[in-house]
Amino acid sequence: MAKAAVRLFVVALVAIFAWSNAAVAGVFNPKTFWLDNGMQVVVLPNHRAPVVLHMVWYKVGSADEPAGKSGVAHLLEHLMFKGTPKHPNGEFSAMVAKHGGQENAFTSYDYTGYYQTVASDRLDMVMELEADRMTNLVLKPEDVATERAVVLEERNQRIETKPAARLREQANQKLFPKGHPYGRPIIGWREELAALEREDALAFYRDHYAPDNAILIVAGDVTVDTVKRLAEKHYAPIPPRDLGKRASLIMTNAIEGGETVLRDARVKQASWAQSIIQPSLTNGDPTRVAALEVLNELLGSGGTSRLYRALIIDQAIAVSAGTYYDQGARGDGRFAFYASPRPGVTLDQLSAAVHKEAQRLLDEGLQDDELVRIKKRMLADAVFSRDAMKTGAWTIGGALAADHEIEDIESWPERIQAVTEQDVLNALKAVMDEPRRITTKLLPNGEGDGA
Amino acid sequence: MKKLALFLIAVFLPLNAWAVDVERVVSSGGIEAWLVRDHSNPVVSMRFAFEGGSELDPADKAGLANLAASTMDEGAGDIDSQTFQQVLADQSITLRFTAGYDRFSGQVKTLTENLDQSMDLLRLAMTEPRFDAEPVARLKSQIIAGIKSDSENPGKLAYNALYRTFFPDHGYARDSDGTVESVEAITHDDLRHFVKTRLARSNLIIGVVGDVTPERLGPLLDNTFGPLPETPATQRAADTSANATGRLEIIDRAIPQSTIVFGHGGLKRDHPDYYAALVMNHILGGGSFTSRLYDEVREKRGLAYSVGTGLYPMDHAGVLIGSAATENARVSETIDVIRAEWARMAAGDLSEEELENAKTYVTGSFPLTFTSTGAIARVLVAMQINELGIDYLDKRNEYIGSVTLDDVKRVAAQYLRPDALDIVVVGKPAGIVPRP
Repeated sequence: MAKAAVRLFVVALVAIFAWSNAAVAGVFNPKTFWLDNGMQVVVLPNHRAPVVLHMVWYKVGSADEPAGKSGVAHLLEHLMFKGTPKHPNGEFSAMVAKHGGQENAFTSYDYTGYYQTVASDRLDMVMELEADRMTNLVLKPEDVATERAVVLEERNQRIETKPAARLREQANQKLFPKGHPYGRPIIGWREELAALEREDALAFYRDHYAPDNAILIVAGDVTVDTVKRLAEKHYAPIPPRDLGKRASLIMTNAIEGGETVLRDARVKQASWAQSIIQPSLTNGDPTRVAALEVLNELLGSGGTSRLYRALIIDQAIAVSAGTYYDQGARGDGRFAFYASPRPGVTLDQLSAAVHKEAQRLLDEGLQDDELVRIKKRMLADAVFSRDAMKTGAWTIGGALAADHEIEDIESWPERIQAVTEQDVLNALKAVMDEPRRITTKLLPNGEGDGA
Repeated sequence: MKKLALFLIAVFLPLNAWAVDVERVVSSGGIEAWLVRDHSNPVVSMRFAFEGGSELDPADKAGLANLAASTMDEGAGDIDSQTFQQVLADQSITLRFTAGYDRFSGQVKTLTENLDQSMDLLRLAMTEPRFDAEPVARLKSQIIAGIKSDSENPGKLAYNALYRTFFPDHGYARDSDGTVESVEAITHDDLRHFVKTRLARSNLIIGVVGDVTPERLGPLLDNTFGPLPETPATQRAADTSANATGRLEIIDRAIPQSTIVFGHGGLKRDHPDYYAALVMNHILGGGSFTSRLYDEVREKRGLAYSVGTGLYPMDHAGVLIGSAATENARVSETIDVIRAEWARMAAGDLSEEELENAKTYVTGSFPLTFTSTGAIARVLVAMQINELGIDYLDKRNEYIGSVTLDDVKRVAAQYLRPDALDIVVVGKPAGIVPRP
């Protein structure tokens, strides 16, 4: 919860792209336009309830931080609630709450976002507030000191007290080249976070917060005309800054790789994972990215997937097993295998069983109707994705803020529909052959390997 | 000057004019469901609940309701586990059960074109679950792995300890998941007995939202729920109350941050003072970024990332519980601040402005969740369980609106007892000692 949910993965994002059937074009059918100052606006009308979701996404995340200042993107996100000359002393949250609204904010590697859910006749009010803090933030030294303490407690809560999170943090450094921003935690290294000053936050704010580096998304009970009128009133007067291009995150240097083991007395259930660099929408051939999505679904998603059937039902050696694919990143994507053992089974046995199952798929190919069934299910997810007002806003916001296009989302059904068996097998072969990978093992104290 | 501007903003209750049309559908077989039609998307969501949840699990079989919930969708009638799950996946049908303290609940979400098939599968899962050896053993292993994983989660440790002290002789003292031993002890016969004795028409409540008409829903209700017995063979658990006496328990763990959970008795949902207490809790610790605890603990002192309180009106007892997490060295200070806020509110230090702001939030934020079919269906079930009336969505603003400053002061004086707060700390806190 809270100002500042650090989203380690782009949760809702690309995983739940979806839509109905191949005859209908698009997924969410958003309307989009640009203000003269370069701010993109996306409108997703949905009139089920007289409610709107108002979001501003900035194309800046923890991966855009200067060296040595890890955590500043997220600290700034917290500080954005402190005040402006017009609305000082935390008035932002007080006004949203007073009008029955709910709000929050989030920081990821690739973007930072702020949002409010309010009755549709309060859209004008929240836009005024959000536009005001885009350029008028004022920070008192004592606000920064207190909020830094809050974020250190957030780091304690999310990472230091959780062995699995500590392991992920340690291992990530080995999946990316030395100094690569994806190798450091979004919330920041403790020492660097503790040393952040007011001027660090303000410099980051000046460098990145501007209308031509932001996306406005409004979903819910609203018309395009209303959004256009209100956006012209509140956001259009803010001058553009022409901040220049973001540095590429695509990897060029070698990585350390290898295995990272964390043992802790508080671990009572061992687990294993392997993360492998794979292309994302940024650098991947669209066919390969779509094939990786289908592969992720059939190999490792849910109780009917191949890994679940093999490891959890047939061999009965695991309590969980599956795959994960993040195609939405602005830099390289990741494909991951994970599993957690039943008693008496070692992590190396699990790892071997996962790879054997992947190899079997490669050797034997897909079953007769397997691809058809998987695609049907994935495409049906699209109808469900339109059920909740927020899904389209989150999905499109995350894509645009990571420098993808609306078309990348709207053409998703066609790309999935076009995936062939050979595409899936080629994608799997590439996953298995890719040398850039890390293995993580979370274990209880002692000598054993999970058994 | 700047503060004054806040007073001048016109405050009224948002969404007053909005009416959701809730229809009472009664099948020819006498089964009732509340329905909100929405034909904008070809999706139907159903939520339903049977009164009586893990509170009724035998002590040595704790986790029974949860294991039943996890295995009823793993094969039923002539359909084995893997086929059942494959049909759900192929048809994109969500069908699942969950066990809470007070209720055994279920949900179905489906494309309209698969509604009939979804309901057939639901009926089979409730009336003819197979509980074959493989899926039961598999789900047991998964639940036990979850219990082990959670066993060192500071929040879980703290809440479980608090509920054990609150309700020493009641089902509420037990984790709904059970323990490793109690889950292992559950047999095939226990599961069959659970389904036969607990699921019935008289303790069933149903909410439906989406692309379906009353004419189509009626026969589906009869087909799906008609075969259940008329009444359950089990009685509800006894009423109780939280036994809070100002204890302080420390669960020692070598972690840099302490999780603090605190609370005492509250009130039940049908209590006449419920709405006044809801408003009071919002001011004390319920608001996301605006409560007194948020201001004092987080904004002013930077003691914690998350802090807040909640009013939990369970069927047999109400509780008011809060939590915070802070570095070990500052636990004592954090507890002092929380106790002081408890005392300040109890003493009646409360302004008309705070009351009005809380009321506009509590009324205005309610409809914000009405943005998916499943969320609305969940509200329809809660309205029926708590006997709020089919016009509750229209009446709720009046109930909140009529709460006065005197009401909140009276309720605060009566229910907030800083000396009786039971506190559980998980971590290595400095400067505090346990108090039994």
